[in-house]
Amino acid sequence: MIVDPANLNCEQFQAQLAELIGSGADISLHPHLISCANCRALLTDLQTIADAAKKLFPIEQPKEDLWDRIELAIKQEHGMIQPN
Amino acid sequence: MPRTISNFDSPHSGSVFSLSAQGSTGGNSTYRSSVDDRTLTRAQAGDHFAFAQLYAIHKRRIYSLCLRMVGNPAEAEDLTQEAFLQLHRKIATFRGDSAFSTWLHRLAINVVLMHLRKKGLAVTSLDEAMEPTHDDGPGRSFGAPDPSLSGSIDRLALERAVAELPAGYRLIFILHDVEGYEHNEIAIMLDCSIGNSKSQLHKARLKLRDALHTSLRRGGRR
Repeated sequence: MIVDPANLNCEQFQAQLAELIGSGADISLHPHLISCANCRALLTDLQTIADAAKKLFPIEQPKEDLWDRIELAIKQEHGMIQPN
Repeated sequence: MPRTISNFDSPHSGSVFSLSAQGSTGGNSTYRSSVDDRTLTRAQAGDHFAFAQLYAIHKRRIYSLCLRMVGNPAEAEDLTQEAFLQLHRKIATFRGDSAFSTWLHRLAINVVLMHLRKKGLAVTSLDEAMEPTHDDGPGRSFGAPDPSLSGSIDRLALERAVAELPAGYRLIFILHDVEGYEHNEIAIMLDCSIGNSKSQLHKARLKLRDALHTSLRRGGRR
């Protein structure tokens, strides 16, 4: 059954939220959000979390000698040197 | 450490490191992509120096993914090593059905998940996170609204909350919200549907929201 977006209750709206957000569309003008402070707050929080995530965990660099370890392991696998 | 086979060694590490610097700055993606393609073809043909270049280009993202998943630099390096060893074994099987970086990420993800399972973290496996559930899910919000998180997200609290997510949720959150992959790419990496990726990401964010509100309430009581 298709429900008119304007007549969705919170449960019905939130059941669609993953798909609505994932679609990439601007849902801030969704009829349910205009009338529902609770779901507006939820959406704002989720957006805040997604925005904050972009600043989390800077790209890190492994130690310089990791390549030496990998190269050694490759040689060992190919029988080019004996494992220690 | 014996290094007796000269044609196997990288000609000079300086070239590798200069490629690494180029890869790390974002730079010109078209140029980087064409370099990547030629390097990939040579590496698939067994050119060890080309393989070293692939390592230099991709090491930071693979290591960062491992580090974000396990939270321990030494463990993350071991996993990065295993991922590139597996890459060396399997690189000839790459057929270009997806972007190489997506394929490599998928390979690294499998290494990380295998590691987590070996550590006895099977309950937080990707399989579990990928299973559609019929419960109400985390954090659905039908009552009075909590105070908004806006402007009050503490970086440490968020990092802690991410670290405490089940591995499957954490993985999707990191791939999408931290690393910026699209749902169609994640679906390829995790062998799931696009809808499943969207749904699990949504649940991950809801779980984080719950955790952050809890953290805020605890902070407010101090």
